[in-house]
Amino acid sequence: MEFLSDIASLINSTLRISTPLVFAAMAGIFAERSGVIDFSLEGKMLMAAFVAAVGSYYLGNPWLGLLLAIIACVCLSMLHGFASVTHKGDQVVSCVAINILIIGLTTALAAAWFGQAGLTPTLNEDQRFLEIHLPFAEALRDIPIIGTLYSDILSGHYVFVYLAYLSVPIVFWIVFKTSFGLRLRAVGENPSAVDTAGINVFAMRYKALAVNGVLIAFAGAHLSTAVNANFFREMSAGRGYLALAAMIFGKWHPKTALIACLLFGFTDALQIRLQGVELPAIGEIPVQLIQALPYILTVVLLAGFVGKAIAPNAIGQPYIKER
Amino acid sequence: MVSPILELSNINKSFGHVHANKNINLQINKGTIHGIIGENGAGKSTLMSIVFGLYQANSGTIKINGKEINLKSPRDSIINGIGMVHQHFMLVENFTVLENIILGFEGETVFGEKLQKAKQDLEKLCQTYNFNIDLDATISDLSVGFRQRVEILKSLYRGAEILILDEPTGVLTPQEVDELFKILRALKEEGKTIVLITHKLIEIMDLTSEVSVMRQGEMVGHTKTEDTNKEQLAEMMVGRSVLLRVDKKEIKKGETIFQVNNLSVKDDLDVTRVKDVSLEIRSGEILGIAGVTGNGQTELLEALSGIRKVESGKIELFGEKISDQDNFLNPRMLKQKGLAHVPEDRQRMGLITDFKAHENLIFGYHDQEPFSKSSILNNREITEYSNKVMQEYDVRPNSPNLITSNFSGGNQQKIILSRELNENPKVLLVGQPTRGVDIGAIEFIHQRLIDMRDRGAAILLASVELDEILSLSDRIIVMFDGKIVGEKENKNVTERELGLLMAGVA
Repeated sequence: MEFLSDIASLINSTLRISTPLVFAAMAGIFAERSGVIDFSLEGKMLMAAFVAAVGSYYLGNPWLGLLLAIIACVCLSMLHGFASVTHKGDQVVSCVAINILIIGLTTALAAAWFGQAGLTPTLNEDQRFLEIHLPFAEALRDIPIIGTLYSDILSGHYVFVYLAYLSVPIVFWIVFKTSFGLRLRAVGENPSAVDTAGINVFAMRYKALAVNGVLIAFAGAHLSTAVNANFFREMSAGRGYLALAAMIFGKWHPKTALIACLLFGFTDALQIRLQGVELPAIGEIPVQLIQALPYILTVVLLAGFVGKAIAPNAIGQPYIKER
Repeated sequence: MVSPILELSNINKSFGHVHANKNINLQINKGTIHGIIGENGAGKSTLMSIVFGLYQANSGTIKINGKEINLKSPRDSIINGIGMVHQHFMLVENFTVLENIILGFEGETVFGEKLQKAKQDLEKLCQTYNFNIDLDATISDLSVGFRQRVEILKSLYRGAEILILDEPTGVLTPQEVDELFKILRALKEEGKTIVLITHKLIEIMDLTSEVSVMRQGEMVGHTKTEDTNKEQLAEMMVGRSVLLRVDKKEIKKGETIFQVNNLSVKDDLDVTRVKDVSLEIRSGEILGIAGVTGNGQTELLEALSGIRKVESGKIELFGEKISDQDNFLNPRMLKQKGLAHVPEDRQRMGLITDFKAHENLIFGYHDQEPFSKSSILNNREITEYSNKVMQEYDVRPNSPNLITSNFSGGNQQKIILSRELNENPKVLLVGQPTRGVDIGAIEFIHQRLIDMRDRGAAILLASVELDEILSLSDRIIVMFDGKIVGEKENKNVTERELGLLMAGVA
């Protein structure tokens, strides 16, 4: 039975590790489907983590911390929109600027407010999100298979984990079953068609960026107020970029992007699990190599397996109406 | 007296320094087909974009049914019963017909009842006008003719009473044009008002009852179509009398100097676009390639001019092999052998539009005397030469230091032409020589091509304008789906015959 519980704990960590990726990928889908490149998922996630941690430290409630994180991320999204939608600046440059700004800003503010470079104070139990144990989880644990599935895999996660997987069908529904989704997809494919249909292209892109800001805030809050109890320097650790890769791998589609996020999450869970483990015939694999696994996978998948990832037609292009 | 359904007074619009519309006055009567004719850049599209609410006029008023309205966005125009079919279709390619049509007018937040109702309404509309459109088809699977119908259907569904069509026939085969005209006449019978923007005189004479002429941003005349003729309209458009027919001497055919055998060529996506094409061109002959855009003409020209690799087959110049699947000469070597190329896409391949005119005029010869010596450019020689050539080719404005993108399409084409014809090539490959070129310049360019032919050059002319093919060529081949589907001497060939071949049905 040890094998089974190994598997269960591997799946459990996959779900947890994939959570910020899923939020970020869904956020990316909104921005990029509207035709705006979003490299700044990384920076916004970091910002959200910082603001959520600081907010719940001072206000004593993690939900208020999350709310502040949402406000901060929407502001950053609007900044990105102001530079690249209104003023038609280069979208990648705007994102890179945001990312660099946030790395410096969070470190500096933490130093100024708490006297520690890039660290915020540890949150106590009231100030952070706790694991949710589903009803009867303990009682059902001993039932074979179902017990493992319910008690060890489904139960005992932070609220963000459940929200992340719930967000996927919702995003799918919004993008493909509502008029907002139709306009969103159209504005990323052919903004002129949207304009001539009497819809404001710029407003549409700002709306998409606002949703993007809300979603990415959840990813950051998950990092600093749920799985960790404080913010530390560069704690997003490339997850924003990884999520972007997952979104491209998933061809800008919520369902396939979810699968890609889970895949990345799984390799990460696996590498933690494999550290220091002797594998038959191979022996112990160097830790560095194992840690590089998710990133190697990203490169291989993006380079080889995805085939042609067909991006929204108008992505990266500012909309210019008059010649 | 009929009251006008649409009335424009004193419309002005500027883009930066360009005054695109100057004090335009226009009245369009209900239930008519009204033509607006003018050269490229005369301001027709700008004017209609203002009526459609896409651009906002700097000054002036617009009245519909006698009531002044303020058009801030296309939404305002659509609500007031104005629909527009743009030259470049405003469709999302990976959406279905239905999705494209309801976009912006969904009527509900979550798709459900209204979507079903829209579908029923559209099916009824399709039946009424015999459109034969599958509402669930994806746009990218539809032919250009059908896409245009989708655009018309879209406008009708949104309640258009006035339908503006901007250069609707540019991309259609002659048969598709006939179909379109049938639809437009039917719409007129229904009481709809149609505004047709075009630079083709024949369409005006065919379809409209009234016509307005624009020149350089100004409205230069209104008249009933029955009171005018093509020559008179052309004169109004250009501002001087124009020769509409090309004067051409009898052909003096020489020997074959350019030969292509069983050529196949793939495009960048690895799709075979030219399939087993064989042709030959004799000295003193213009061979025209007719065909709808995208049937392999582009790739054929690129392969012949040494830009694109040959998949199989061979190309011979003066009996000497220049390209096959193993090796090919690059454009520079071909130029030395007497082959010149005026590319289809002049702004992308023919010119570096950010360069000054004099730089583009000598590009390719810039490392030869007298333009340079020991790798150093001789600016005095270049300027002198440029002044001379620009005068000879009537490039306006005659200023070699102007950035090339500031010249009009016709003048840009003259710059390329002067460069390519400079060394008296034996073989000349020309793609779409007059696309986006005004009538005055067309006349000049055609005359130059005829002169080259009379001097014994072998010319290959690819054009989507059938008029151009018919008036210049000595022999015509038609391409469809990468293959040559017909070859005819240019005697008594009708547009209809060629049209059927172009559509792949004959």
